[in-house]
Amino acid sequence: MSDSTANGLVLAADGTPLKRSLSRAMRRQKMRAFMLVAPLLIFVLLTFIYPIGVMLSRSVQNDIVPETLPETVRVLGAWDASIGELPNEAVYAAFMRDMSVAIEAKRHTRLGSRLNYEKTGFSSMFRQSGRKMKKLDPITDAPFKDKLIKIHKGWGDVETWKTLQTYSGLYTSGYFLNAVDARMTPEGMAWQPEDKQILLKLFGRTLVMSLIITGSCILLGYPIAWLLANVSPRNANLLLILVLLPFWTSLLVRTSAWKVMLQQNGVINEVLVWIGLVPDGDRLILINNEFGTIVAMTHILLPFMILPMYSVMQTIPPVYLRAAKSMGATNWTAFWRVYFPQSIPGIGAGSILVFILSIGYYITPEIVGGTKGVFISNRIAYHISSSLNWGLAAALGTILLIVVLALYWAYDRIVGIDNVKLG
Amino acid sequence: MAAPTPISRKPLSFVLPTAGGIGAFLGLFLGTGNGSGLIGMLLGAAVIAAMAYGFIVDLQNEKLAKWISVIGFGIVGYMFGGIILTIVAGLVGMFYHWLIYWLYEGRYRAKLLPYLTAGQVLWHYGFRCIAALIFIFLITPILVIIPLSFNAQDFFTYTPGMLRLDPDAYSLKHYQDFFTNNEWQRSLKNSLTIAPIATVISVSLGTLAAVGLSQSHMPFKGTIMAILISPMIVPLIISATGMFFFYSQLGQFMENSLGMDKNLVGYIKVILAHAVLGIPFVIITVTATLVGFDQSLTRAAANMGANPMTTFFRIQMPLILPGVISGGLFAFITSFDEVVVVLFIGSAGQKTLPWQMFTGLREQISPTILAVATILVVVSIGLLTVVELLRRRSERLRGMSPA
Repeated sequence: MSDSTANGLVLAADGTPLKRSLSRAMRRQKMRAFMLVAPLLIFVLLTFIYPIGVMLSRSVQNDIVPETLPETVRVLGAWDASIGELPNEAVYAAFMRDMSVAIEAKRHTRLGSRLNYEKTGFSSMFRQSGRKMKKLDPITDAPFKDKLIKIHKGWGDVETWKTLQTYSGLYTSGYFLNAVDARMTPEGMAWQPEDKQILLKLFGRTLVMSLIITGSCILLGYPIAWLLANVSPRNANLLLILVLLPFWTSLLVRTSAWKVMLQQNGVINEVLVWIGLVPDGDRLILINNEFGTIVAMTHILLPFMILPMYSVMQTIPPVYLRAAKSMGATNWTAFWRVYFPQSIPGIGAGSILVFILSIGYYITPEIVGGTKGVFISNRIAYHISSSLNWGLAAALGTILLIVVLALYWAYDRIVGIDNVKLG
Repeated sequence: MAAPTPISRKPLSFVLPTAGGIGAFLGLFLGTGNGSGLIGMLLGAAVIAAMAYGFIVDLQNEKLAKWISVIGFGIVGYMFGGIILTIVAGLVGMFYHWLIYWLYEGRYRAKLLPYLTAGQVLWHYGFRCIAALIFIFLITPILVIIPLSFNAQDFFTYTPGMLRLDPDAYSLKHYQDFFTNNEWQRSLKNSLTIAPIATVISVSLGTLAAVGLSQSHMPFKGTIMAILISPMIVPLIISATGMFFFYSQLGQFMENSLGMDKNLVGYIKVILAHAVLGIPFVIITVTATLVGFDQSLTRAAANMGANPMTTFFRIQMPLILPGVISGGLFAFITSFDEVVVVLFIGSAGQKTLPWQMFTGLREQISPTILAVATILVVVSIGLLTVVELLRRRSERLRGMSPA
């Protein structure tokens, strides 16, 4: 027993004060728990959180300009663009020196395509001038101002140097502005030309279609969840299998199934033609548009709506409805004033889950969405793999991630992440 | 439940219009197909009402009436089309016979509470019809592809021969293609290599972490939980983009500095990426199982001299095994079903089954996809069964109702 006391302190068996002994034991327990989590935590931080952080930082990184043209950037900083005159010979000489190093390392074309995102024409300008500037010597062939303007008349344009000056910093907000259909000009922020404004529209479409998908999931999921919660447990288990089977079936299987269902010669059109509701020559266009995406994604995400709703409705005692009716409520009042308010947590949980999932969907819109039914994620994939404008892809991704994390935070507040149930 | 509600026969004035009304539905369908919906509706209502009258008033023999309606409808179906139509019409006949007697004898009230009003009874069955339609929406797409995978032709659609149930219109050639085609076999092999290894990594690390997380003295529990769950929350396209940059650098490092084989590096990249994606599922299912775990059991084991390893493997593990296995299944299916990440970080050597299906759907639409899809549906039914059995076992162990 550790009740031996000396000058008022309670001591443990080995003579140390009990308080310290206890806190050491507590620390050891904490340490042990933490050691169990540590390997996984390090793994996730290293191969998931860190890569995403790096990707996000690409959305503001602009070091390619100051790294490729270090001297030019420094000299150009002193140039006052507002006068409307070309920079002096010092800038051209610095540019020549930087370029000859960059051409040697074959980096100038990459800089060209980087600046081309901001102002079209830069890519070809750098490529063409690179070939001719290779022949010039950066020291003996001075002065360069007229020679460069002769090589490409772009170097005699004030706008060219203004753009270079604007994008000479290590960091830029240009990609984020591009992501919302704006751009950074030497004079400040400006909107993209009308015909280039597609991203805001795409964001809007992604939001609207995700809302429609969430709404139709609520409409279709609520009756099913209600039925599951109100039949005998035996029947409920049988019916639950019908919900879980699509849930467990491969995403690509379900997507290909909808391709089979919706196409011009698909099952739905064939049936409609067969019973005569639609003339053979005038089949409905159900795929490669918004409709196809909405139907297929509603089907794919419906189980994610039904399962949380069902688990909430299971806890609502059916006695309440009967009690309400016995006190004179009509069927509708009893449902709307008594049952429905209690089922709202389920609707909230399911809706946020479905909305988070649908807003970042890629595969299904890519296959059944055509051009009109694609989401912002398809645009991100396009910029990563086809147009190689990684900064813009990262900026789009950051915006999407912020929306999703905000929703996730709300989900955690409403439901609690510990309460997520699977199957 | 309440005692069975006594049922009584209903007057003809109720049965005939109701049956006729539902008959009008059938008429509407057939009528629209053959020119005029209105005439079809009237005819359909008249035929079914007449059937009801004949059965109830003249025949008064339920068994005989059943055969008459099935065979009668079947003959009409045969006159219009092939065997399929005969069978469908026979089933329709059976349905209307059942409906007429269901209405006439008042059987529809037998299982309901006796005090319900007529409107509530109508709503009860109307609601079930709506729910049935939603279930059809959920299940039909999955069922539709199964017969199509036996198509003898290279179409994505039902051929007239298939609808006639012509044996020549069906074949196993798409399955044969799947099992002999090198590209499909390689992708299957890749999937079956990557998914199990990724699963093992996420299950072993995930279970350890879940055990740690469930201890009451865990510091920063909320933050750590949020970080570990994040691969499930972050949209896949963003995860894939981030991993794309990270793993291309890591891959170059492993190839150039460590001198590893290019193909092996490719597999390592995909496996690590998939393992991360599977972790949240393991964490969620295992922590859920650990909620019901009695911590005094580990103390009792320690008290009797077991070291922590023995305690974990002999006491804790057997009890949380169902959660671990179902988390593992989730992790497996996540990896087995994953396209976006592998599309971004894998090279042609790591082409998995979903990747092959994805390119198949986008570019060369080959019906082999449907054969693969059918096989995957069968696999998912198997997985569903396993998870369901595990769930019940775990509930039984915890002393909950076996449902």
